[in-house]
Amino acid sequence: KQWYQRRVAITAGTLGSYGSLARFRDIQRLMKVNDSTIIGGFGDYADFQFLMKLLRQQTIDDEVVGDGVYRDAPAIHNWLRCVLYNRRTKFNPLWNTIVVAGKNYGGEPYLGYVDKIGVAFEEKTVATGFGSYIALPMMRKAMDENPDMGVEEAKAVLKRCLRVLFYRDCRSLNRFQIGVVSAGETSISEPMSADTDWSIGANPSGYE
Amino acid sequence: SNFIIKQWYQRRVVITAGGFSFDNCRRNAFMEKQGITFPTARKTGTTICGVIYKDGVVLGADTRATGGSIVCDLNCEKIHYIADNIYCCGAGTAADTEFTTRMVSSKMELLKLRTGREGRVISALRMLKQYLFRYQGYISAALVLGGVDVTGPALYTVYPHGSTDKLPYVTMGSGSLAAMSVFEDRYKLNMEEEEAKALVCDAIKAGIINDLGSGSNVDITVIRKGEVEVFRPYQVVCQKSQRQGDYTFPRGTTVVTNTTEMVPFSALQVTDEEVMEL
Repeated sequence: KQWYQRRVAITAGTLGSYGSLARFRDIQRLMKVNDSTIIGGFGDYADFQFLMKLLRQQTIDDEVVGDGVYRDAPAIHNWLRCVLYNRRTKFNPLWNTIVVAGKNYGGEPYLGYVDKIGVAFEEKTVATGFGSYIALPMMRKAMDENPDMGVEEAKAVLKRCLRVLFYRDCRSLNRFQIGVVSAGETSISEPMSADTDWSIGANPSGYE
Repeated sequence: SNFIIKQWYQRRVVITAGGFSFDNCRRNAFMEKQGITFPTARKTGTTICGVIYKDGVVLGADTRATGGSIVCDLNCEKIHYIADNIYCCGAGTAADTEFTTRMVSSKMELLKLRTGREGRVISALRMLKQYLFRYQGYISAALVLGGVDVTGPALYTVYPHGSTDKLPYVTMGSGSLAAMSVFEDRYKLNMEEEEAKALVCDAIKAGIINDLGSGSNVDITVIRKGEVEVFRPYQVVCQKSQRQGDYTFPRGTTVVTNTTEMVPFSALQVTDEEVMEL
């Protein structure tokens, strides 16, 4: 399964401090936790960095044990759910929406979503923020039509979604990374852009 | 003295300037604090859209009307008739869209009789936006207006506050983002009719499937020069399923403990009659 990275948009947006200023245009919002999991964060970037630090420490702990077993995606998803729900119960939430993409111990693909209020579920297609209104319908349709698509097809679907998101989301940038977790490799791509077609802009003129 | 009375009367005449009277708002707020629940407005939490294709305009809409979180009408008509060559999809409060479009439709007919010409889409647009602006957004009607007139195909969108947009493809309503994602992905200028119909149908379906405020069927209206084709429904997306079990209780399910024979009124006989004096 693939998850997609929402372009480097205003991740500090929910704080309001940098509201509509495209302050940092080159931050990493996808993190490779270990060979079986990639997580992506939406929301407050400082809280996401905090979670990344904790997860990095967890991976080191797994390595130190030395038995070759690392936490898989469902385990990390569950851990994040516990942490985020616990924080919300203490009225001190980590203001993030995290998507956990990876595979379980059996090698089967896994895609999970955790919210700042502790909402957690597993689904075949997942989106955060504006993507849930614009990209999710497109992804669901693509999955319905072609449930067994390959890596390249899935990447193409995600690029289409990201292009439409760049057209329609004010606080977005045409720069994103795509992370892939598959049987062979787990990797995050270099930042790339979607091809946009603005030729239709010449058509409408005026408002009447 | 006649003159004085006339003056006094004239001063009492109030000129109504149009727009809403907010006299009852204080009373309503007080009633709400007392705990009285007001009926929810019936809304068409909707997906409506339109595209301009090679020969004309295709308008599409879903058919669900909601009152709060209850579906009050499974198959309502959201594409309203304005003139023979102009149709209007409406999202927002159902009553507002219905009455606004009906009012503009009658004004267009009067205009047609006055000028002796087929109405133009721009006339309907002007009437709609001037009317909605006068009510400062309190008339919650978000409309997609489309038609073909002497100047060619035209597609506009009108917002509740009175602003308008002129675009080759438009969506409105709660499902507008889902429908717009389909348009942004696949819209091309000068499409063929079948392509345009399929695109509009897919856009409305995206709204029906992914938005909770939209549902049921896809209605499509195709407006070409000189003719209009109404597909109602174009496609049934959510079909009401057949009830699987028979839930009627067979006679004898409830145990009869006591039987009382009811005497019919006609069997009663009047034995004594006394009329009271008032």
